[in-house]
Amino acid sequence: MKNWINKKTITITAILLLAIVVIWGIRYFALSQSNADNEIVSYNRDIRPILSDKCFTCHGPDVKKVKAELRLDQAAYAYAPLKKSKGKFAIVPGHPELSELITRIESTDPKIMMPLPESHLTPLSPEQIALFKKWIKQGAKYEKHWAFVTPVKAKLPSIENTQWPSNEIDHFILAAMEKKGFSPNEEASKNALIKRAFVDITGLPPTHQEYLQWTNNNQANWYQQMVKALLKKPAYGEKMGVLWLDLARYADSYGFQDDNIRTQWPWRDWVINAFNKNMSYDQFLTQQIAGDLLPNATKESILATAFFRNHKYTEEGGVIEEEYRVSYNIDKTKTYGKAVLGVTIECAQCHDHKYDPFSAKDYYQLYGFFNISKEKGYEGDVSISTPAKNPKLFITADDRKNFLQYINTKDTNTIEVAVMGDSSKPRPTYILNRGSYDAPSTVEVKPTALESIMPFDTTKYARNRLGLAGWTVNKKNPLTARVFVNFIWQEIFGKGIVKTSGDYGLQGELPTHPELLDWLAVDFMEHNWDIKYLVEKIVTSSVYKQSSEIHDKQLEKDPDNVYYSRSPRIRYKAEIVRDFILTSSGLLNYTIGGPSVKPYQPKGVWESTTSGRGVLASYKQDHNNDLYRRGLYTFIKLTAPPPSMMIFDASNRDQCEAKRSSTNTPLQALNMLNDPTILEASRVMAQKISMGNESLEEKIEKAFESILIRPATRFEKNKLIKYCESQLSVYQQKPALTKETLAIGEFAQPTRKYNEAEAAALMKTILIMYNLEEAITKS
Amino acid sequence: MKEFLEHGLNQNRRKFLSKMSLGIGGLALGSLVAPGLFEGKTEDELFANVLPHFAPKAKRVIYLFQNGAPSQLDLFDYKPKLQSMHGEDLPASIRMGQRLTGMTANQAKFPLAGTKFNFSQHGQHGAWFSETIPHIASIADDLCIVKTMYTEAINHDPALTFFQTGAQVGNRPSMGSWISYGLGSENKNLPAFCVLLSKGKGNGQGVYSKLWNNGFLDSIHQGVQFTSGEEPVKYLSDPSFIQREDKRAMLDEIASLNEASYKEIGDPEIVAKIQQYELSYRMQMAVPEITSLQNEPESIVKMYGPDCLVPGTYAANCLLARKLSENGVRFVQLYHQGWDAHDNLPSQLEGQCKDVDQASAALVKDLKQRGLLDETLVIWGGEFGRTNYCQGALAKDNYGRDHHPRCFTIWMAGGGVKPGVHGETDDFGYNINTLPVHVHDFHATVMHLMGINHEEFTFKHLGRRYRLTDVAGNVINEIIS
Repeated sequence: MKNWINKKTITITAILLLAIVVIWGIRYFALSQSNADNEIVSYNRDIRPILSDKCFTCHGPDVKKVKAELRLDQAAYAYAPLKKSKGKFAIVPGHPELSELITRIESTDPKIMMPLPESHLTPLSPEQIALFKKWIKQGAKYEKHWAFVTPVKAKLPSIENTQWPSNEIDHFILAAMEKKGFSPNEEASKNALIKRAFVDITGLPPTHQEYLQWTNNNQANWYQQMVKALLKKPAYGEKMGVLWLDLARYADSYGFQDDNIRTQWPWRDWVINAFNKNMSYDQFLTQQIAGDLLPNATKESILATAFFRNHKYTEEGGVIEEEYRVSYNIDKTKTYGKAVLGVTIECAQCHDHKYDPFSAKDYYQLYGFFNISKEKGYEGDVSISTPAKNPKLFITADDRKNFLQYINTKDTNTIEVAVMGDSSKPRPTYILNRGSYDAPSTVEVKPTALESIMPFDTTKYARNRLGLAGWTVNKKNPLTARVFVNFIWQEIFGKGIVKTSGDYGLQGELPTHPELLDWLAVDFMEHNWDIKYLVEKIVTSSVYKQSSEIHDKQLEKDPDNVYYSRSPRIRYKAEIVRDFILTSSGLLNYTIGGPSVKPYQPKGVWESTTSGRGVLASYKQDHNNDLYRRGLYTFIKLTAPPPSMMIFDASNRDQCEAKRSSTNTPLQALNMLNDPTILEASRVMAQKISMGNESLEEKIEKAFESILIRPATRFEKNKLIKYCESQLSVYQQKPALTKETLAIGEFAQPTRKYNEAEAAALMKTILIMYNLEEAITKS
Repeated sequence: MKEFLEHGLNQNRRKFLSKMSLGIGGLALGSLVAPGLFEGKTEDELFANVLPHFAPKAKRVIYLFQNGAPSQLDLFDYKPKLQSMHGEDLPASIRMGQRLTGMTANQAKFPLAGTKFNFSQHGQHGAWFSETIPHIASIADDLCIVKTMYTEAINHDPALTFFQTGAQVGNRPSMGSWISYGLGSENKNLPAFCVLLSKGKGNGQGVYSKLWNNGFLDSIHQGVQFTSGEEPVKYLSDPSFIQREDKRAMLDEIASLNEASYKEIGDPEIVAKIQQYELSYRMQMAVPEITSLQNEPESIVKMYGPDCLVPGTYAANCLLARKLSENGVRFVQLYHQGWDAHDNLPSQLEGQCKDVDQASAALVKDLKQRGLLDETLVIWGGEFGRTNYCQGALAKDNYGRDHHPRCFTIWMAGGGVKPGVHGETDDFGYNINTLPVHVHDFHATVMHLMGINHEEFTFKHLGRRYRLTDVAGNVINEIIS
């Protein structure tokens, strides 16, 4: 018998063996939930993830890398006689005992076993092998990758606890829970719901007044009323904007070494405005992909296409223009792939995709849509830098007065923004060998969307971005709606129904609730891609409204909360941490849009990294009201992004980012205790509160409610009062220290007389409240 | 079997909670076996836990990055032929149509520029050094000099990004982040990966935080930038009105309220939060102790040069690097700007060398006298080399050099490298004759010295297993002792 793969003798180290033993053990546990004897093994659910992970590197769609002429990604190849082992078959449907695949994955002989030891892939577990046997026995049926099949609405699953669901979402969630023997938590307290919905919909906690307004509303449908009111707030567009800015890698500078300033913020304001006026998602995409090519294109729709111009631009002297022109198109292709379709198409830039059905040809066909742009690879170095690179849109003061009112600037000059525009003489696109700009092949390709996802019908779609946009928002496109509803789910629940929200390919994770995802996607399209409708649907579900309390049993049986038997507890995003502090202290400047601002920042962040060239060499902090803008308006200099944001896991905006991490580090503790933003907020809140006539206890209660959005418990109140009183006695004896304490921040000192010692003591007490875990946690 | 494993799981969970008190370094992969289970990590990620893969030769790295690309031809790679052919055109047979940057691609001629500096041989391997770096020459016997480094990028940003992250573009984790992720810190009160910046007087190229970014790894593995001035780490200093004992009292209040909330809600994240606050407090004590330059003995000041007492200089950063490393910081990354001498190279180079020569050598000597050099890998080098021909007008005593990715010199010391000279370039210093070392090979070798098999050390992100060396890289065994 000949090998599938040229053999190399490899010594398996003791470490490797030991690890395998340990891992088998772990996997045994992990897979112990796997399927009973009579259950049908699903290719998509059970087999394909293993094949993709363990086999496709050598036996998958990358034709150049296929070993032993065997592919396992399609039935026809896998059932065919083996080219390198006469008379044998990799898979014989119905007959695991005749299938060479089984022999290989069961073998421990380093020359025969699969995957080969030199691949550094761990062998299959006994459970995985059993699954393969069963699948082959049942006929080895292949299925099209789930994410590349148009979603359909499944019937709502039946459930036992028919009282629980508020809407369709809950049927899917509860059915899965009941199958596992779990039951949902109780509904969360009113306070918790107020805080949660405010933060999820507007990115801002309620002000103390709003908190009182909704806690005192005792109507049966108070919650629905609140959700409706929140969706109308302009803060909603800002909250949603952050999600899109991460995907669109929005920044205020060009990146690369000299990293000069640029003007992309009018596009950011377009995004906020689009969310606020509830532009349908198909329009939202169409305008950003091809707003310049629409038959009725306006300055507004052209502005939308700045989406594709947000990536970095080099202004380094002496670069090779073509190298960068190509790399910019690569970035556009990648961002479109990940943000809109949730696929990692960039792998096919250098070679056929190893896991997904995207060939290099597919890649360059998609790239072709961007390759016909007028854009140059280089317009000169930083010494002749302009706020936007060609092609650009000029927005005059009149435009802003007459119809682009949301572009908010005091400047009366014309603004330039980099946008999309195709060349009248389209440049031909060739497949680039190894993805290298200086190695074009002779194979010319024409702009075409990814046909393995959905055919690109050229009788319907032009071979330009407008055609691409039409293809993207066609309701039969299996990915567009799924990807977006999943982003919204991720935004609200902290993780997507597809956890790998930027990868729906064969290596991506399977949806935890596939029918729910499809139901939401189809329902979203049926409702004209209405984003506010989608958000409202989710936040009015019972699964959303559960309490976040964690019971030992849940922690033990479902530590990741896969089944949503409790509401997740999630640390605020970087922007929300800032916005929360400014809102609760009353400092927030609610202005929407305009040029980005430069709030407090530690010394030297820009200065220590700069080349010294360009206008961003040193940080010139803003003052007055500009210090208190929402986090999404903080100036992002790509080479030195704002540290307080980065400490809380904000995207550095270097690339399209589909999901932020959420970490917990000592640097966050240092920031929360020492950042002047937080100290100043504590000071201002303390001064304001101490001017009232209430007792110290009442003052502490009020501060607590403003920060934690709930009344303090007796224990909490007692502790904080005791602490505050002890501070008060210190400050009463130290007027100089009192002055020093209250001097923090540029916000004007009160002109009215007030009890300074009490304010200083309260300030430190408030600082403690800001530093409680719960304060910056959505729960 | 199942019961046994569940028990193991619980045990791991307890271990996880107790691990968190180990500190920043304790969050390394090696200690994350249990959380991997909770986060649904694949077995491959768990598999990577057997780190180090084998006994490491180096425990820590100090990387002295010379940002902007120092001229190998004026420092290490002595080419008398260039001096004898000074002003003659670079033969096409040598250039072989290689791509050039936009700065010199349109030059009508490529006049060869011989170095204006005197060279001499030092140490038992007879390595050449120019007169601009006498201190580095004096430690010749400790140095492993690689004359045949080469890279793929020809502009600063991609070349620097390639050296630091293994890819020219993309938001990949930095070398230091990979090491932090894999091995953690030896000191529970300090980050595993620290970054120090300084600037010379020569033509500068900026640095950018992406170079020490964690990419798709957790942000705990991001390089922590130390800055000169009052506050060495951002947000480290308490406001003036909060004294240490005040701070302690505040943290105690925060902890007790958080504990109460944990009892109520049951989320282990709250416990983690309490631990991180404690850590921040310990960091506030540990960092100023290390960064203080108050009590340096005279012998140290003499060794590093008087600049070492001026915060933010290269010399001060070298001294700080030694102290951080000595205290268990796994990866200390320095960047020194100013090497991009497209014109007036001789005077720019002299200025740069004045800043870095003595302190670079002192760092190696200092580690050696403390018995730390054996376990600390010191690396010195830039992102590419410089051309043998002149950019702009060539004068008798003055010239500039463009970027040259095809060969350049870096050196390493300590940490299991073998002193000597590796590889040879041609007489023109333009192409490599023997033993080329690609950036991926360099990464593979550094990983190897740290006890890591670069092919097995992967992280799965969006469907693909990533590693520092991408899909290439060979360990250069010849330079390992």
